[in-house]
Parts: sequence; structure tokens; C-alpha cells
Amino acid sequence: MEGYLFLIPLIPFIGFLINGLLGQKIGRSAVYCIGCSSIGLAFLFSVLAVYQLACSPAEDRLFVQSLWSWITVGNLNIDVSLMMDPLSAVMILVVTGVSFVIHIYSIGYMAHDESYWRFFSYLNMFVFFMIMLVLGSNYLVMFVGWEGVGLASYLLIGFWYKENVNADAGKKAFIVNRIGDFGFLLGMFLIFITFGSLSYFDVFPKAVHMYEHGLLAMNSPVMVAICLLLFLGATGKSAQIPLFVWLPDAMAGPTPVSALIHAATMVTAGVYMVARTNILFTLAPTALLVMVLMSAATAFIAATIGILQNDIKRVLAYSTVSQLGYMFIGVSVAAYGAGIFHLMTHAFFKACLFLCSGTVIHAMSGDQDMRSMGGLWKKIPITYVTMLFATIAISGIPPFAGFFSKDEILWKAFTFPYYPVVGKIVWFIGVLAAGITAFYMFRLIFMTFHGKFRGTEEQARHVHESPFTMTGPLMVLAFGALCGGWLGIPHLIGNYFGHIPNILENFFEPVFANSHEIIGAYAGVQHHSTVLEWVLMAGSVAVAIGGISLAYYIYIRRVDVLPKRLAETYSIYHKLVYNKYFVDEIYYYVVVLPFYYLSMFFWKVVDAFCIDGVGVNGQAWLVQRGSGALRLVQNGYVQTYGVFMLLGLVVMLWFFIV
Amino acid sequence: MATLTHYIVLSSILFGLGAIGFCTRRNALILFMSIELMLNAANLLLLAFSNFMADMAGQVMVLFIFAVAAAEVAVGLAILIVLFRHVQEVDISKFNVLKW
Repeated sequence: MEGYLFLIPLIPFIGFLINGLLGQKIGRSAVYCIGCSSIGLAFLFSVLAVYQLACSPAEDRLFVQSLWSWITVGNLNIDVSLMMDPLSAVMILVVTGVSFVIHIYSIGYMAHDESYWRFFSYLNMFVFFMIMLVLGSNYLVMFVGWEGVGLASYLLIGFWYKENVNADAGKKAFIVNRIGDFGFLLGMFLIFITFGSLSYFDVFPKAVHMYEHGLLAMNSPVMVAICLLLFLGATGKSAQIPLFVWLPDAMAGPTPVSALIHAATMVTAGVYMVARTNILFTLAPTALLVMVLMSAATAFIAATIGILQNDIKRVLAYSTVSQLGYMFIGVSVAAYGAGIFHLMTHAFFKACLFLCSGTVIHAMSGDQDMRSMGGLWKKIPITYVTMLFATIAISGIPPFAGFFSKDEILWKAFTFPYYPVVGKIVWFIGVLAAGITAFYMFRLIFMTFHGKFRGTEEQARHVHESPFTMTGPLMVLAFGALCGGWLGIPHLIGNYFGHIPNILENFFEPVFANSHEIIGAYAGVQHHSTVLEWVLMAGSVAVAIGGISLAYYIYIRRVDVLPKRLAETYSIYHKLVYNKYFVDEIYYYVVVLPFYYLSMFFWKVVDAFCIDGVGVNGQAWLVQRGSGALRLVQNGYVQTYGVFMLLGLVVMLWFFIV
Repeated sequence: MATLTHYIVLSSILFGLGAIGFCTRRNALILFMSIELMLNAANLLLLAFSNFMADMAGQVMVLFIFAVAAAEVAVGLAILIVLFRHVQEVDISKFNVLKW
């Protein structure tokens, strides 16, 4: 039953090898077939494994498969081993499921591209590494997957590498991620030093044990350091402040890549990592405080930037950053299940949004600017309806998926057990960001699908609905965006309608039980009135509806005057937000330029002058000059040599006699 | 009565003469003779010690040295003759091409 776990990563890897090595020779249909069926098989095996996992009793829900011993040095023992518990089960279903759908979509999207085989082999490679990240049972295997998905992301952002912008975007993503990975590595070292192992099965029980026996205090400096370093890694991969700048640029890649890697799966790796490490984070409230503030800021700032973007994919990119901020709010108020829940629902609706934007771009012959769209809904109705579903979901309107997960995060933030006051501030920021999200997402819908068409004549004639390989996945994902949230219906609503259980929360309970116990013992079990919860829930829905109405008023009713007038009235704010708070420019002058000059200093002064000039060439120069002087002694006269020999003799005698 | 000291002094004087001759004279033949003088100063010392220590090994050694010196002189003079045939000159200060 546990024996076939290794097949889940292996099959995409084989697909990657075949497509990568033979893709050019075997032809289009074979590449499509291998690319999609390998992921499909992986998905099937995942479903099978998760089914068996769910069938076993709650306390036995853990499959482990150790493949081989990788590193054995001193007391460092690392196995390549896979594990599946409820947390990785949900992740693996999201990863393989969404990947499969997006692979199908790519068949239609990449139909006119010449390097389709490269695309599919990269995608398969990405899925392989993502599965390793999710299923790995120690930090090093996770790190291999972590780096591997970064590589796949780099390759796919720069997929159309012939244009410099795309290659630069790939480099930016890779380098920014490297900064985060540095933090991840240091965190890993610190974990090894503190707990003497990198395996989850050693580290987490040991942490609980040490805490219970007083060997490890709550909020001890080493735990805070570990958690903040790991969080630095997560900010890189999951595009949080301060390392979020690469994600909007990553939209240079093909749209299925944006949907799969930069919305649904890879960028959520940080959230998964935090949830996986939940016990360590629970023991470091200060780290959680830093994290919750950072992620709330990310959620809010990214949402505001999204308001004024005109590139359809960039709006979605900033919305992804903002939603990732939500997930991090979830995990950093110690509501790990809520974070993963939002990760799951977000994977559905954001993948759907990106794929829809892909078919819109397809219909617009490659134009991504929303200012030249408008009135498209009659011509591409399937895209319109599916995108509307996903937009309602992200706006947090019940009963769509986003409502349940977002509301749970906000409620958990409101009742943050460690820092109640901060939790309420974060709740307020979160609600505000939710309103802004609803506003800019409906702005996108209204600008793209409603009003009058603003593009060229030729574009207008070309607009058409995409083939079924592209619309089919949209429908599947839109279904997910509608129903995905029903797995985690909060107790409040569940009790109101009878006894609908919160399936996801119950499923996750074994993974987070220790954390919940520690929090309960430390901060006390909290009781909140159901009235308050109802009020907050209604409040966040009202804010979302308010955002939608505002978008309707500005971009439908008064579209001819209001957007322009608002921009003129608040021109300073408009400029500030339109230019994304000048973050890229600030980073350029504060980080990149000093680093550039530092590198120039090391190159020109330290390397070229000190090491090459003084060190290597200097020694050669010294030897040359020295021997140049010494060789004058050898003047060719035999008698001179005789004199020197005599002198030598005299010196030797003097030594022996005196 | 000639003591060991006399022999040592005599041999030192001979060696010194040879050394000074080697360093100061220009004629290659004279240089050769100076070298022989130094060699034979060493031979004389060997003989003296051999006699005073009643050890025949020293005298046998001297015979060997004579043989080697004769061979060496034969080679050296042959080189000198070839040199003279080439440039009609045996002034050693004219030959300094063999350098760096």
C-alpha cells in the first residue's frame, strides 16, 4: 500500500526525460500524449494513495517509503524518503490535479509554438520537483524540490528567451529566490544544530519533547531565528514583502506557466513549508508576529497596486501576491489548516483566472492590455462565465470557494491567540484588502468583457472562442472555484444547516494536533460568541459587495468620466500606485546599485588589482627582476668563476675553522 | 728535520701560488699550469699525511690522481689546440661568449 508512493514523482520524471531528450523527433501528438498522460498517471496514483490514507484510521494516517540512504556523514543521516500524511495528501492532490488540467490546456495554448516539446519537458520537470518538495520526508529532500521548482520556474519564465525582457525576468526571479534560499539553508543548518537531524520524524517530536521537559522555552531565541530564516526562504519562493518583486515580472512566461507555477503551486510552497514546520513556528510567537505583520502588509500593498494595472496578467500577478499574503496571515496566526485551505481554493480560482486570461489573450491575438479590450463576453462566453465564477470566488462571495477560506483566515486572525490586539489590526487590514480585491477583480471583468470594444478592427475580426482543450480545463477549474470551499465549511454555518462537518479541518487534525495543544496550554482556550463570528462574516461579505459595487459604478456607469477624473484629483496617489510604489526603483538604487558597485570593487580592485596584479603577476615580476640582476654575475669569463669558487672555499674554511 | 708543519706550509704556498696564477694570468696555458700546481699541492699534502700516519692508502690515492690528472690535461690541451686553430688566440679574457 505504501510501496507505490515513489511512482508519483517517478512518472513525471520519466515524461521529462522522454520529452526532453527525444521530444524533437517523436512529433507533436506523442509529446502531448507523454506530457499529459505522465501527469495524469501521477494524479491517479495520488488519488489512490490519498484514498487509502483517508480510509485508514485517523491516527495511522501516515505512509512512509524510504528509497535509499543518500548522505551518511558523522551523525548526519539523510535518506531519500517519501511520506504522505493529510497535509501532503491535500497538497499532492492540488499539485497533480491542477497540473494535469493545465497540461491539457497547454496543448491548445502551445499549438502554434515551435518549441512545444521543450515546454512540455520543462512542465514535467516542474511537476516532478514539486512532488518531491511536497512528499519529501526531510528538509533536504524538500530543499531539492524547492531548488528544482525554482529552476523550472526560471526556465519557463524565460521560455521565449529570444526577447531580452523575458530572459531578464527569468534571471530576476532566480536571483531574488536565491536570497530567500540562503535563508532557508541557514534555517536548515540551525535546525540540524539544534535537533541533530533534518528528518521531520526526528525534529518535530523532539521539539515537542524538549518543550514539554523545559529544555526549550517558548519563544527561545534559537527557535525565533530558525523560524525567521525559514520565513525568509518562504518570502522568496512565495513572493512576500520584501522579496515579492520577481512575481509580477514572471508573467513574461507563457500563461499556463503563470497559472501553474506562479499562481497555483510553486508560489504556495512557502505556505506548505510553514504548515509542515508548524510545531517550530508555534514555539516562536515573536517570529509569528513578524510574519503576520509582513504578510498583512503584503496582502494590502499588492492589492492596492492591482487597482491600477492595465496588463491583464499583471493584475492577476499582484492579486496572487496579495492572496499569498492571505495564506501567510493564515499560517502565521497559527491557523495552519486555514492557510492550506486558502492555498487549495486559491489554486482553483487563480489557475482558472490565469487560464481565462490566457484564452482572452489568445482571442486578442496576443494583446494583454485591458484598455484595448471590452465587450468580449458575447464572443467568448465560456471564458466569460468561467472567469466570472473565479472572480466571484476570489472576491469572497458565498457560496464560492474563496469566501470560506478567506473568512476562516480572517476569523482566525481576529482571534490570534498570541497577540490578540495585533490580530484585530490584521483582521482589519485583511478585510480592507478583501474589499480592494473585489474592486480590482471586477474592474478587470468590466474592462475586459463589458462596455465597448476598444481594440483595432483586425483584432475585432479575429476574436474567437478557444478550442475545447482550452475551455474544458476552464470549466473544471471553475467547478473547483465554486465547490472547493465546501470541504471546509466553518462550524458556525455547518451547525446552522444541520451537521455538515468541516471535512478539511478534521482531516488535518492529526498533523496540527501538537501545535493546537501547545497553543491551548500556553494562551488558554478561547471562547468567542457566535454572534460576533456572524457579524464579522457578514461584514467581510458586505465589504466585498461594496468593492464590487464601486467597480460597477466607476467602470460601467460612469466609465467615460470617473476613472479619468479620479486619476486627476488624486494624481499623487495615482502616480504612486500606478508605478507600484516605486519598489523596483527603490530596490534598484538601494540594493542593486550598491551591490553593483561592490561587485565592481571586488572585480577591479580586489580581483584584478590585488589578486591578479599584486599576487600572481607581482610574484612573477619579482622573480624576473631578481634573476635579471643575478644573471649579471654569470659574465662568461672563466676567471671570474674561479674567483667565486675561491671565495666559496674561503667561506667554507672560515666556517670549519672558526 | 722536516716536520708535518713544513709540508703543510709548503703545500699551502704552492696552492696559493696556483690560485693567484689562475685568477690573474691571461694565457690559457699558464692557467692550466696553475691548476696543475694546485692539484699537486693537494698531492703533496696527501703524501705527507700518508707518510706521517704510516698509511699507504694516501700514496696509492696520489698515484690514481696522477693518472686522472694526466688524462685531464690531455683533454684540456686538446681543447686549447682546437681553440687556437680556430681563432689564433689563447688569451682567456677574449672568450666570454658562453654566458646567459
